[in-house]
Amino acid sequence: MTNPDTDIAKLEDDFQKKVDAEIRIEPKDWMPEGYRKTLIRQMSQHAHSEIVGMLPEGNWLTRAPSLKRKAVLMAKIQDEGGHGLYLYSATETLGISRDEMYEQLHSGKAKYSSIFNYPTLNWADIGAIGWLVDGAAITNQIALCRCSYGPYARAMVKICKEESFHQRQGYEIMMTMARGTKEQREMAQDALNRWWWPSLMMFGPHDKNSNHSNQNMAWKIKRSSNDELRQRFIDATVPQAEYLGLTIPDDKLAWNEETQSYDWGEIDWDEFKNVVAGNGLCNRERLQARKDAHEGGKWVRDAALAYAQKKRKREALKTAAA
Amino acid sequence: MSVSVAEMTEQDQLFEYTVRLGDNCVILGQRLAEWCGKSPVLEEELALMNVGLDLLGQARMLLDYAGKVEGAGRDEDKLAFFRDAQAWRNLLLVEQPNGDFAKTMSRQLFFDCFQFLQYQKLSNSADTKLAEIATKSLKEITYHVRHSSDWVIRLGDGTEESHQRMQKAVDELWGYTPEMFDMDAVDEAMLKSGVGVDLKEIEPAWKKMVEGVLSEATLNFPELTWQVRGSKEGKHTEHLGYLLAEMQFLPRAYPDANW
Repeated sequence: MTNPDTDIAKLEDDFQKKVDAEIRIEPKDWMPEGYRKTLIRQMSQHAHSEIVGMLPEGNWLTRAPSLKRKAVLMAKIQDEGGHGLYLYSATETLGISRDEMYEQLHSGKAKYSSIFNYPTLNWADIGAIGWLVDGAAITNQIALCRCSYGPYARAMVKICKEESFHQRQGYEIMMTMARGTKEQREMAQDALNRWWWPSLMMFGPHDKNSNHSNQNMAWKIKRSSNDELRQRFIDATVPQAEYLGLTIPDDKLAWNEETQSYDWGEIDWDEFKNVVAGNGLCNRERLQARKDAHEGGKWVRDAALAYAQKKRKREALKTAAA
Repeated sequence: MSVSVAEMTEQDQLFEYTVRLGDNCVILGQRLAEWCGKSPVLEEELALMNVGLDLLGQARMLLDYAGKVEGAGRDEDKLAFFRDAQAWRNLLLVEQPNGDFAKTMSRQLFFDCFQFLQYQKLSNSADTKLAEIATKSLKEITYHVRHSSDWVIRLGDGTEESHQRMQKAVDELWGYTPEMFDMDAVDEAMLKSGVGVDLKEIEPAWKKMVEGVLSEATLNFPELTWQVRGSKEGKHTEHLGYLLAEMQFLPRAYPDANW
Protein backbone atom coordinates (compact mmCIF):
# COMPACT_ATOMS: atom_id res chain seq x y z
CA MET A 1 0.00 0.00 0.00
CA THR A 2 1.24 3.46 -0.79
CA ASN A 3 1.14 6.24 1.73
CA PRO A 4 -0.72 9.25 0.25
CA ASP A 5 1.31 11.67 2.38
CA THR A 6 4.57 10.31 1.01
CA ASP A 7 3.13 10.48 -2.48
CA ILE A 8 2.23 14.13 -2.07
CA ALA A 9 5.59 14.86 -0.55
CA LYS A 10 7.27 13.21 -3.53
CA LEU A 11 5.10 15.13 -5.99
CA GLU A 12 5.84 18.37 -4.20
CA ASP A 13 9.50 17.59 -4.21
CA ASP A 14 9.51 16.85 -7.93
CA PHE A 15 7.50 19.98 -8.55
CA GLN A 16 9.99 22.12 -6.69
CA LYS A 17 12.90 20.51 -8.54
CA LYS A 18 11.24 21.35 -11.81
CA VAL A 19 10.68 24.94 -10.72
CA ASP A 20 14.27 25.20 -9.52
CA ALA A 21 15.48 23.88 -12.86
CA GLU A 22 13.49 26.68 -14.55
CA ILE A 23 11.17 24.26 -16.29
CA ARG A 24 7.81 25.93 -16.90
CA ILE A 25 4.74 24.48 -15.22
CA GLU A 26 1.94 23.87 -17.71
CA PRO A 27 -1.82 23.49 -17.06
CA LYS A 28 -1.88 19.69 -17.15
CA ASP A 29 1.16 19.24 -14.90
CA TRP A 30 0.71 18.32 -11.28
CA MET A 31 0.96 21.33 -8.99
CA PRO A 32 0.46 21.90 -5.26
CA GLU A 33 -2.99 23.19 -4.35
CA GLY A 34 -1.41 26.25 -2.75
CA TYR A 35 0.39 27.06 -5.99
CA ARG A 36 -2.83 26.76 -7.96
CA LYS A 37 -4.76 28.89 -5.46
CA THR A 38 -2.09 31.56 -5.32
CA LEU A 39 -2.01 31.78 -9.09
CA ILE A 40 -5.78 31.94 -9.38
CA ARG A 41 -5.82 34.73 -6.81
CA GLN A 42 -3.01 36.68 -8.43
CA MET A 43 -3.95 36.15 -12.07
CA SER A 44 -7.65 36.83 -11.61
CA GLN A 45 -6.79 39.95 -9.61
CA HIS A 46 -4.59 40.98 -12.49
CA ALA A 47 -7.38 40.32 -15.03
CA HIS A 48 -9.88 42.26 -12.91
CA SER A 49 -7.41 45.14 -12.67
CA GLU A 50 -7.25 45.37 -16.46
CA ILE A 51 -11.03 45.54 -16.71
CA VAL A 52 -11.60 47.90 -13.80
CA GLY A 53 -8.62 49.92 -15.03
CA MET A 54 -10.56 50.74 -18.19
CA LEU A 55 -12.98 52.83 -16.12
CA PRO A 56 -10.81 55.72 -14.89
CA GLU A 57 -9.46 56.16 -18.42
CA GLY A 58 -12.87 55.70 -19.98
CA ASN A 59 -13.88 58.65 -17.83
CA TRP A 60 -11.93 60.91 -20.24
CA LEU A 61 -12.59 59.10 -23.50
CA THR A 62 -15.58 61.24 -24.40
CA ARG A 63 -13.66 64.38 -23.35
CA ALA A 64 -10.27 63.74 -24.94
CA PRO A 65 -9.04 67.10 -26.26
CA SER A 66 -8.23 66.10 -29.85
CA LEU A 67 -9.41 63.43 -32.27
CA LYS A 68 -5.94 61.89 -32.26
CA ARG A 69 -5.82 61.72 -28.46
CA LYS A 70 -9.29 60.21 -28.44
CA ALA A 71 -8.26 57.52 -30.93
CA VAL A 72 -5.04 56.74 -29.04
CA LEU A 73 -6.89 56.50 -25.73
CA MET A 74 -9.59 54.31 -27.25
CA ALA A 75 -6.93 51.98 -28.64
CA LYS A 76 -5.22 51.85 -25.25
CA ILE A 77 -8.43 51.02 -23.42
CA GLN A 78 -9.15 48.39 -26.03
CA ASP A 79 -5.70 46.87 -25.42
CA GLU A 80 -6.52 46.69 -21.72
CA GLY A 81 -9.74 44.84 -22.45
CA GLY A 82 -7.65 42.48 -24.57
CA HIS A 83 -5.22 41.98 -21.69
CA GLY A 84 -8.16 41.19 -19.43
CA LEU A 85 -9.30 38.64 -21.97
CA TYR A 86 -5.92 36.82 -22.19
CA LEU A 87 -5.56 36.87 -18.45
CA TYR A 88 -9.03 35.46 -17.83
CA SER A 89 -8.28 32.73 -20.38
CA ALA A 90 -4.88 32.02 -18.82
CA THR A 91 -6.53 31.79 -15.39
CA GLU A 92 -9.18 29.43 -16.75
CA THR A 93 -6.37 26.92 -17.41
CA LEU A 94 -6.20 26.54 -13.64
CA GLY A 95 -9.76 25.24 -13.41
CA ILE A 96 -11.92 28.29 -12.73
CA SER A 97 -14.43 29.84 -15.14
CA ARG A 98 -14.69 33.48 -16.14
CA ASP A 99 -18.17 33.61 -14.60
CA GLU A 100 -16.83 32.39 -11.28
CA MET A 101 -14.12 35.03 -11.42
CA TYR A 102 -16.68 37.76 -12.16
CA GLU A 103 -18.77 36.47 -9.28
CA GLN A 104 -15.75 36.82 -6.97
CA LEU A 105 -15.07 40.34 -8.22
CA HIS A 106 -18.66 41.46 -7.81
CA SER A 107 -19.02 39.96 -4.35
CA GLY A 108 -15.80 41.63 -3.21
CA LYS A 109 -14.05 38.30 -2.64
CA ALA A 110 -11.53 39.00 -5.38
CA LYS A 111 -9.63 42.27 -5.42
CA TYR A 112 -8.35 44.49 -8.19
CA SER A 113 -5.49 46.94 -8.03
CA SER A 114 -6.45 49.64 -5.54
CA ILE A 115 -4.93 52.34 -7.75
CA PHE A 116 -8.10 52.34 -9.84
CA ASN A 117 -10.09 53.57 -6.86
CA TYR A 118 -8.55 57.00 -7.39
CA PRO A 119 -10.44 59.45 -9.62
CA THR A 120 -9.22 60.93 -12.92
CA LEU A 121 -9.84 64.62 -12.40
CA ASN A 122 -8.07 66.35 -15.24
CA TRP A 123 -6.75 65.39 -18.67
CA ALA A 124 -3.15 65.11 -17.40
CA ASP A 125 -4.33 62.20 -15.25
CA ILE A 126 -4.55 60.20 -18.47
CA GLY A 127 -0.88 61.03 -19.08
CA ALA A 128 0.04 60.25 -15.47
CA ILE A 129 -1.73 56.89 -15.57
CA GLY A 130 0.17 55.87 -18.68
CA TRP A 131 3.48 57.15 -17.38
CA LEU A 132 3.29 56.12 -13.71
CA VAL A 133 0.62 53.46 -13.32
CA ASP A 134 1.55 51.58 -16.48
CA GLY A 135 5.21 52.24 -15.67
CA ALA A 136 4.82 50.62 -12.26
CA ALA A 137 2.79 47.79 -13.79
CA ILE A 138 5.52 47.10 -16.36
CA THR A 139 8.18 47.00 -13.67
CA ASN A 140 6.15 44.28 -11.96
CA GLN A 141 5.23 42.50 -15.16
CA ILE A 142 8.72 42.29 -16.63
CA ALA A 143 9.56 40.20 -13.58
CA LEU A 144 6.44 38.12 -14.22
CA CYS A 145 7.53 37.25 -17.78
CA ARG A 146 9.79 34.68 -16.10
CA CYS A 147 7.06 33.38 -13.78
CA SER A 148 7.13 29.59 -13.39
CA TYR A 149 3.56 29.14 -14.67
CA GLY A 150 3.74 28.98 -18.46
CA PRO A 151 0.40 30.51 -19.50
CA TYR A 152 0.90 33.46 -17.14
CA ALA A 153 4.48 34.08 -18.24
CA ARG A 154 3.52 33.99 -21.91
CA ALA A 155 0.57 36.33 -21.38
CA MET A 156 2.95 38.73 -19.64
CA VAL A 157 5.38 38.83 -22.55
CA LYS A 158 2.62 39.94 -24.90
CA ILE A 159 1.15 42.36 -22.38
CA CYS A 160 4.51 43.97 -21.55
CA LYS A 161 5.08 44.90 -25.19
CA GLU A 162 1.80 46.79 -25.36
CA GLU A 163 2.20 48.32 -21.90
CA SER A 164 5.55 49.85 -22.75
CA PHE A 165 3.88 51.48 -25.73
CA HIS A 166 1.18 52.85 -23.41
CA GLN A 167 3.79 54.16 -21.04
CA ARG A 168 5.49 56.11 -23.81
CA GLN A 169 2.15 57.53 -24.91
CA GLY A 170 1.39 58.59 -21.34
CA TYR A 171 4.76 60.25 -20.98
CA GLU A 172 4.20 62.05 -24.25
CA ILE A 173 0.91 63.49 -22.91
CA MET A 174 2.76 64.64 -19.78
CA MET A 175 5.45 66.22 -21.93
CA THR A 176 2.89 68.12 -24.00
CA MET A 177 1.17 69.31 -20.84
CA ALA A 178 4.39 70.19 -19.02
CA ARG A 179 5.58 72.25 -22.01
CA GLY A 180 2.15 73.78 -22.57
CA THR A 181 0.29 76.75 -21.10
CA LYS A 182 0.42 77.69 -17.43
CA GLU A 183 -2.87 75.87 -16.82
CA GLN A 184 -1.60 72.74 -18.55
CA ARG A 185 1.56 72.74 -16.42
CA GLU A 186 -0.61 73.04 -13.34
CA MET A 187 -2.73 70.11 -14.48
CA ALA A 188 0.42 68.05 -15.06
CA GLN A 189 1.83 68.85 -11.62
CA ASP A 190 -1.52 68.21 -9.97
CA ALA A 191 -1.74 64.82 -11.68
CA LEU A 192 1.78 63.90 -10.57
CA ASN A 193 0.98 64.99 -7.01
CA ARG A 194 -2.05 62.73 -6.88
CA TRP A 195 -0.67 59.67 -8.70
CA TRP A 196 2.90 59.45 -7.37
CA TRP A 197 2.29 57.84 -4.00
CA PRO A 198 -0.51 55.53 -5.11
CA SER A 199 1.82 54.32 -7.88
CA LEU A 200 4.47 53.42 -5.30
CA MET A 201 1.79 51.59 -3.31
CA MET A 202 1.15 49.38 -6.34
CA PHE A 203 4.24 47.35 -5.45
CA GLY A 204 2.57 46.21 -2.26
CA PRO A 205 3.73 46.24 1.35
CA HIS A 206 7.39 46.37 2.36
CA ASP A 207 9.09 42.98 2.12
CA LYS A 208 9.22 42.66 5.87
CA ASN A 209 5.41 42.99 6.05
CA SER A 210 4.48 40.95 3.00
CA ASN A 211 2.48 37.78 3.72
CA HIS A 212 3.01 35.93 0.49
CA SER A 213 6.54 36.74 -0.49
CA ASN A 214 8.70 33.82 0.61
CA GLN A 215 6.62 30.95 -0.71
CA ASN A 216 5.93 32.84 -3.94
CA MET A 217 9.64 33.44 -4.43
CA ALA A 218 10.36 29.74 -3.87
CA TRP A 219 7.68 28.82 -6.40
CA LYS A 220 9.11 31.45 -8.74
CA ILE A 221 5.71 33.05 -9.13
CA LYS A 222 7.48 36.12 -7.91
CA ARG A 223 11.02 36.84 -9.03
CA SER A 224 11.88 40.08 -7.29
CA SER A 225 10.72 41.48 -3.99
CA ASN A 226 8.24 44.36 -3.64
CA ASP A 227 10.91 46.70 -2.33
CA GLU A 228 13.40 45.86 -5.09
CA LEU A 229 10.81 46.51 -7.78
CA ARG A 230 9.63 49.73 -6.14
CA GLN A 231 13.19 51.03 -5.95
CA ARG A 232 13.78 50.11 -9.59
CA PHE A 233 10.67 52.08 -10.56
CA ILE A 234 11.68 55.13 -8.53
CA ASP A 235 15.19 55.14 -9.94
CA ALA A 236 13.85 55.01 -13.48
CA THR A 237 11.09 57.56 -12.96
CA VAL A 238 12.74 60.40 -11.02
CA PRO A 239 14.92 61.51 -13.97
CA GLN A 240 11.86 61.39 -16.22
CA ALA A 241 10.04 63.76 -13.87
CA GLU A 242 13.07 66.05 -13.83
CA TYR A 243 13.11 66.10 -17.61
CA LEU A 244 9.49 67.19 -17.56
CA GLY A 245 10.35 69.95 -15.11
CA LEU A 246 7.81 68.61 -12.62
CA THR A 247 8.34 68.10 -8.91
CA ILE A 248 7.82 64.72 -7.29
CA PRO A 249 5.80 65.28 -4.11
CA ASP A 250 8.40 63.84 -1.72
CA ASP A 251 10.72 66.24 0.12
CA LYS A 252 12.94 63.39 1.27
CA LEU A 253 13.73 62.36 -2.27
CA ALA A 254 17.52 62.60 -2.88
CA TRP A 255 20.19 60.86 -4.91
CA ASN A 256 22.38 58.59 -2.83
CA GLU A 257 25.90 58.31 -4.28
CA GLU A 258 26.72 55.33 -2.15
CA THR A 259 23.78 53.12 -3.13
CA GLN A 260 23.62 54.67 -6.60
CA SER A 261 19.87 55.03 -6.19
CA TYR A 262 17.33 57.43 -4.75
CA ASP A 263 16.47 57.73 -1.08
CA TRP A 264 12.86 58.64 -0.59
CA GLY A 265 10.20 59.27 2.05
CA GLU A 266 7.67 56.87 3.50
CA ILE A 267 4.43 55.67 2.02
CA ASP A 268 1.34 56.55 4.00
CA TRP A 269 0.28 52.98 4.70
CA ASP A 270 -2.81 54.12 6.56
CA GLU A 271 -4.07 55.66 3.35
CA PHE A 272 -3.20 52.51 1.47
CA LYS A 273 -5.16 50.33 3.89
CA ASN A 274 -8.00 52.79 3.96
CA VAL A 275 -8.42 52.75 0.18
CA VAL A 276 -8.08 48.96 0.00
CA ALA A 277 -10.72 48.74 2.73
CA GLY A 278 -13.20 50.58 0.52
CA ASN A 279 -12.66 54.22 1.45
CA GLY A 280 -11.15 55.50 -1.78
CA LEU A 281 -13.04 58.15 -3.71
CA CYS A 282 -14.18 55.70 -6.38
CA ASN A 283 -14.34 52.20 -4.86
CA ARG A 284 -18.12 52.02 -4.97
CA GLU A 285 -18.42 53.55 -8.44
CA ARG A 286 -15.86 51.18 -9.94
CA LEU A 287 -17.46 48.04 -8.59
CA GLN A 288 -20.95 49.27 -9.34
CA ALA A 289 -19.98 50.06 -12.94
CA ARG A 290 -18.73 46.49 -13.40
CA LYS A 291 -21.85 45.02 -11.80
CA ASP A 292 -24.14 47.24 -13.87
CA ALA A 293 -22.41 46.25 -17.10
CA HIS A 294 -22.62 42.57 -16.21
CA GLU A 295 -26.15 42.52 -14.88
CA GLY A 296 -27.41 44.99 -17.49
CA GLY A 297 -25.94 42.81 -20.22
CA LYS A 298 -27.47 39.57 -19.04
CA TRP A 299 -30.37 39.75 -21.49
CA VAL A 300 -27.88 40.18 -24.36
CA ARG A 301 -25.80 37.18 -23.30
CA ASP A 302 -28.97 35.14 -22.80
CA ALA A 303 -30.15 36.08 -26.28
CA ALA A 304 -26.81 35.14 -27.85
CA LEU A 305 -26.97 31.77 -26.10
CA ALA A 306 -30.59 31.15 -27.09
CA TYR A 307 -29.83 32.05 -30.69
CA ALA A 308 -26.80 29.75 -30.80
CA GLN A 309 -28.91 26.89 -29.48
CA LYS A 310 -31.67 27.51 -32.02
CA LYS A 311 -29.12 27.67 -34.79
CA ARG A 312 -27.54 24.38 -33.74
CA LYS A 313 -30.93 22.72 -33.59
CA ARG A 314 -31.85 23.98 -37.06
CA GLU A 315 -28.56 22.79 -38.49
CA ALA A 316 -28.99 19.38 -36.87
CA LEU A 317 -32.46 19.13 -38.43
CA LYS A 318 -31.07 20.13 -41.80
CA THR A 319 -28.35 17.49 -41.58
CA ALA A 320 -30.88 14.87 -40.50
CA ALA A 321 -33.16 15.74 -43.43
CA ALA A 322 -30.31 15.59 -45.96
CA MET B 1 -22.69 77.53 -44.26
CA SER B 2 -24.05 81.01 -44.25
CA VAL B 3 -24.00 81.44 -48.04
CA SER B 4 -26.80 79.97 -50.11
CA VAL B 5 -26.00 77.04 -52.35
CA ALA B 6 -26.37 79.24 -55.42
CA GLU B 7 -23.53 81.41 -54.18
CA MET B 8 -21.31 78.48 -53.22
CA THR B 9 -18.16 77.89 -55.20
CA GLU B 10 -17.21 74.36 -56.18
CA GLN B 11 -14.70 74.46 -53.37
CA ASP B 12 -17.41 75.43 -50.87
CA GLN B 13 -19.55 72.56 -52.10
CA LEU B 14 -16.75 70.03 -51.79
CA PHE B 15 -16.01 71.29 -48.29
CA GLU B 16 -19.65 70.97 -47.29
CA TYR B 17 -19.90 67.51 -48.84
CA THR B 18 -16.75 66.26 -47.10
CA VAL B 19 -17.73 67.72 -43.75
CA ARG B 20 -21.03 65.84 -43.92
CA LEU B 21 -19.18 62.58 -44.43
CA GLY B 22 -16.70 63.36 -41.66
CA ASP B 23 -19.27 64.57 -39.14
CA ASN B 24 -21.19 61.29 -39.27
CA CYS B 25 -18.03 59.47 -38.27
CA VAL B 26 -17.09 61.85 -35.44
CA ILE B 27 -20.51 61.76 -33.84
CA LEU B 28 -21.08 58.03 -34.11
CA GLY B 29 -17.51 57.39 -32.90
CA GLN B 30 -18.24 59.59 -29.90
CA ARG B 31 -21.44 57.70 -29.18
CA LEU B 32 -19.56 54.40 -29.27
CA ALA B 33 -16.95 55.83 -26.91
CA GLU B 34 -19.78 56.26 -24.40
CA TRP B 35 -20.08 52.46 -24.29
CA CYS B 36 -16.60 52.14 -22.78
CA GLY B 37 -16.74 49.91 -19.71
CA LYS B 38 -20.47 49.25 -20.12
CA SER B 39 -20.61 46.45 -22.70
CA PRO B 40 -22.69 43.35 -22.04
CA VAL B 41 -19.69 41.10 -22.61
CA LEU B 42 -15.94 41.73 -22.69
CA GLU B 43 -15.50 40.56 -26.29
CA GLU B 44 -18.12 43.06 -27.34
CA GLU B 45 -16.35 45.83 -25.44
CA LEU B 46 -13.41 45.24 -27.76
CA ALA B 47 -15.61 45.05 -30.85
CA LEU B 48 -17.39 48.33 -30.09
CA MET B 49 -14.08 50.10 -29.49
CA ASN B 50 -12.84 48.63 -32.76
CA VAL B 51 -15.75 50.08 -34.69
CA GLY B 52 -15.34 53.37 -32.80
CA LEU B 53 -11.66 53.49 -33.70
CA ASP B 54 -12.41 52.88 -37.37
CA LEU B 55 -14.94 55.70 -37.33
CA LEU B 56 -12.51 58.06 -35.64
CA GLY B 57 -9.87 57.17 -38.19
CA GLN B 58 -12.28 57.91 -41.04
CA ALA B 59 -13.39 61.11 -39.32
CA ARG B 60 -9.82 62.33 -39.08
CA MET B 61 -9.05 61.69 -42.75
CA LEU B 62 -12.27 63.37 -43.86
CA LEU B 63 -12.09 66.42 -41.62
CA ASP B 64 -8.40 66.88 -42.36
CA TYR B 65 -9.25 66.87 -46.04
CA ALA B 66 -12.25 69.18 -45.54
CA GLY B 67 -9.98 71.66 -43.76
CA LYS B 68 -7.53 71.60 -46.66
CA VAL B 69 -10.29 72.03 -49.21
CA GLU B 70 -11.62 75.00 -47.28
CA GLY B 71 -8.15 76.54 -47.06
CA ALA B 72 -9.05 78.73 -44.09
CA GLY B 73 -6.56 77.14 -41.71
CA ARG B 74 -9.02 74.90 -39.90
CA ASP B 75 -7.60 71.45 -39.18
CA GLU B 76 -9.50 68.32 -38.06
CA ASP B 77 -9.57 69.48 -34.44
CA LYS B 78 -10.65 73.04 -35.20
CA LEU B 79 -13.54 71.50 -37.12
CA ALA B 80 -14.39 68.92 -34.48
CA PHE B 81 -14.03 71.04 -31.36
CA PHE B 82 -14.90 74.58 -32.39
CA ARG B 83 -18.21 74.28 -34.21
CA ASP B 84 -21.59 74.62 -32.52
CA ALA B 85 -24.53 72.35 -33.19
CA GLN B 86 -25.96 74.35 -36.09
CA ALA B 87 -22.69 73.99 -38.00
CA TRP B 88 -22.67 70.20 -37.69
CA ARG B 89 -23.80 68.17 -40.67
CA ASN B 90 -24.08 64.66 -39.24
CA LEU B 91 -27.24 62.66 -39.81
CA LEU B 92 -29.88 62.82 -37.09
CA LEU B 93 -29.65 59.03 -36.79
CA VAL B 94 -26.05 58.98 -35.53
CA GLU B 95 -26.58 61.59 -32.81
CA GLN B 96 -29.40 59.58 -31.19
CA PRO B 97 -28.47 58.36 -27.70
CA ASN B 98 -27.13 54.83 -27.25
CA GLY B 99 -30.15 53.51 -25.37
CA ASP B 100 -29.81 49.81 -24.68
CA PHE B 101 -27.59 47.48 -26.67
CA ALA B 102 -30.46 46.75 -29.09
CA LYS B 103 -30.87 50.43 -29.90
CA THR B 104 -27.14 50.87 -30.44
CA MET B 105 -27.08 47.87 -32.77
CA SER B 106 -30.13 49.05 -34.67
CA ARG B 107 -28.57 52.50 -35.18
CA GLN B 108 -25.39 50.77 -36.23
CA LEU B 109 -27.10 48.45 -38.71
CA PHE B 110 -28.95 51.31 -40.41
CA PHE B 111 -25.82 53.41 -40.64
CA ASP B 112 -23.39 50.61 -41.54
CA CYS B 113 -25.53 49.48 -44.49
CA PHE B 114 -25.86 53.09 -45.64
CA GLN B 115 -22.10 53.67 -45.36
CA PHE B 116 -21.34 50.45 -47.16
CA LEU B 117 -23.46 51.39 -50.16
CA GLN B 118 -22.41 55.02 -50.13
CA TYR B 119 -18.69 54.24 -49.92
CA GLN B 120 -18.93 51.60 -52.63
CA LYS B 121 -20.03 54.37 -54.96
CA LEU B 122 -17.70 56.94 -53.45
CA SER B 123 -14.69 54.72 -54.07
CA ASN B 124 -15.19 55.61 -57.75
CA SER B 125 -15.41 59.34 -57.05
CA ALA B 126 -13.81 61.78 -59.46
CA ASP B 127 -12.22 63.31 -56.38
CA THR B 128 -9.20 61.07 -55.89
CA LYS B 129 -8.82 61.85 -52.20
CA LEU B 130 -12.43 60.95 -51.39
CA ALA B 131 -12.14 57.84 -53.56
CA GLU B 132 -9.02 56.82 -51.67
CA ILE B 133 -10.62 57.37 -48.25
CA ALA B 134 -13.74 55.45 -49.30
CA THR B 135 -11.73 52.53 -50.65
CA LYS B 136 -9.70 52.31 -47.47
CA SER B 137 -12.77 52.61 -45.24
CA LEU B 138 -14.82 50.11 -47.17
CA LYS B 139 -12.84 47.18 -45.75
CA GLU B 140 -13.65 48.36 -42.24
CA ILE B 141 -17.28 49.02 -43.06
CA THR B 142 -17.70 45.55 -44.50
CA TYR B 143 -16.78 44.22 -41.07
CA HIS B 144 -19.09 46.72 -39.35
CA VAL B 145 -22.05 45.54 -41.45
CA ARG B 146 -21.36 41.95 -40.52
CA HIS B 147 -20.99 42.83 -36.84
CA SER B 148 -24.22 44.80 -36.54
CA SER B 149 -26.19 42.39 -38.75
CA ASP B 150 -25.07 39.44 -36.62
CA TRP B 151 -26.19 41.15 -33.44
CA VAL B 152 -29.55 42.28 -34.82
CA ILE B 153 -30.19 38.70 -35.94
CA ARG B 154 -29.10 37.20 -32.62
CA LEU B 155 -31.15 39.63 -30.59
CA GLY B 156 -34.18 39.46 -32.86
CA ASP B 157 -34.17 35.68 -32.95
CA GLY B 158 -32.83 35.19 -29.40
CA THR B 159 -35.14 35.31 -26.39
CA GLU B 160 -38.56 36.87 -26.11
CA GLU B 161 -37.11 39.80 -24.21
CA SER B 162 -34.36 40.43 -26.74
CA HIS B 163 -36.84 40.13 -29.60
CA GLN B 164 -39.08 42.77 -28.06
CA ARG B 165 -36.19 45.10 -27.32
CA MET B 166 -34.81 44.70 -30.84
CA GLN B 167 -38.17 45.39 -32.50
CA LYS B 168 -38.68 48.43 -30.31
CA ALA B 169 -35.22 49.73 -31.19
CA VAL B 170 -35.82 49.32 -34.92
CA ASP B 171 -39.20 51.01 -34.68
CA GLU B 172 -37.87 53.90 -32.62
CA LEU B 173 -35.11 54.75 -35.07
CA TRP B 174 -36.94 54.11 -38.31
CA GLY B 175 -38.15 57.68 -38.75
CA TYR B 176 -34.56 58.95 -38.80
CA THR B 177 -33.59 56.82 -41.80
CA PRO B 178 -35.35 58.54 -44.76
CA GLU B 179 -33.14 61.58 -44.22
CA MET B 180 -30.09 59.56 -45.19
CA PHE B 181 -31.23 59.55 -48.82
CA ASP B 182 -32.11 63.24 -49.14
CA MET B 183 -30.42 64.97 -52.05
CA ASP B 184 -30.04 68.72 -51.66
CA ALA B 185 -28.40 71.18 -54.06
CA VAL B 186 -24.90 70.36 -52.76
CA ASP B 187 -25.47 66.66 -53.33
CA GLU B 188 -26.84 67.33 -56.80
CA ALA B 189 -23.87 69.51 -57.72
CA MET B 190 -21.40 66.94 -56.37
CA LEU B 191 -23.18 64.18 -58.26
CA LYS B 192 -23.05 66.21 -61.44
CA SER B 193 -19.32 66.74 -61.16
CA GLY B 194 -18.76 63.02 -60.61
CA VAL B 195 -17.56 63.55 -57.02
CA GLY B 196 -20.66 62.64 -55.03
CA VAL B 197 -23.01 59.72 -54.70
CA ASP B 198 -26.61 59.48 -55.87
CA LEU B 199 -28.23 58.78 -52.53
CA LYS B 200 -31.65 58.20 -54.07
CA GLU B 201 -30.12 55.45 -56.15
CA ILE B 202 -28.79 53.52 -53.15
CA GLU B 203 -32.03 53.73 -51.19
CA PRO B 204 -33.64 50.56 -52.66
CA ALA B 205 -30.43 48.57 -52.10
CA TRP B 206 -30.32 49.82 -48.50
CA LYS B 207 -33.92 48.76 -47.91
CA LYS B 208 -33.17 45.35 -49.36
CA MET B 209 -30.10 44.89 -47.16
CA VAL B 210 -31.91 45.96 -44.01
CA GLU B 211 -35.01 43.98 -44.89
CA GLY B 212 -32.88 40.86 -45.33
CA VAL B 213 -31.37 41.25 -41.87
CA LEU B 214 -34.68 42.08 -40.19
CA SER B 215 -36.37 39.15 -41.81
CA GLU B 216 -33.64 36.74 -40.70
CA ALA B 217 -33.96 38.29 -37.25
CA THR B 218 -37.71 37.49 -37.31
CA LEU B 219 -38.43 41.21 -36.93
CA ASN B 220 -41.11 43.22 -38.67
CA PHE B 221 -40.05 45.69 -41.29
CA PRO B 222 -41.34 48.89 -39.69
CA GLU B 223 -43.96 51.10 -41.20
CA LEU B 224 -42.96 54.68 -41.73
CA THR B 225 -45.42 56.50 -39.47
CA TRP B 226 -43.25 59.57 -38.87
CA GLN B 227 -40.03 61.00 -40.26
CA VAL B 228 -37.71 63.87 -39.39
CA ARG B 229 -34.97 65.56 -41.37
CA GLY B 230 -32.87 68.69 -41.46
CA SER B 231 -29.26 67.87 -40.58
CA LYS B 232 -27.98 69.09 -43.93
CA GLU B 233 -29.17 72.55 -42.93
CA GLY B 234 -27.85 72.25 -39.38
CA LYS B 235 -31.19 71.34 -37.82
CA HIS B 236 -30.64 68.71 -35.16
CA THR B 237 -32.33 66.96 -32.28
CA GLU B 238 -31.58 68.30 -28.79
CA HIS B 239 -29.21 65.41 -28.12
CA LEU B 240 -26.41 66.84 -30.24
CA GLY B 241 -25.82 69.87 -28.01
CA TYR B 242 -25.07 67.73 -24.98
CA LEU B 243 -22.82 65.42 -26.94
CA LEU B 244 -20.84 68.43 -28.18
CA ALA B 245 -20.72 70.07 -24.76
CA GLU B 246 -19.01 67.01 -23.37
CA MET B 247 -16.77 66.35 -26.35
CA GLN B 248 -15.64 69.94 -26.86
CA PHE B 249 -15.27 71.05 -23.26
CA LEU B 250 -11.50 70.90 -22.89
CA PRO B 251 -10.34 72.67 -26.06
CA ARG B 252 -13.08 75.27 -25.57
CA ALA B 253 -12.13 75.90 -21.94
CA TYR B 254 -8.45 76.34 -22.85
CA PRO B 255 -8.47 77.61 -26.43
CA ASP B 256 -4.77 78.56 -26.41
CA ALA B 257 -3.56 75.12 -25.44
CA ASN B 258 -2.11 72.43 -27.66
CA TRP B 259 -2.87 68.91 -26.54
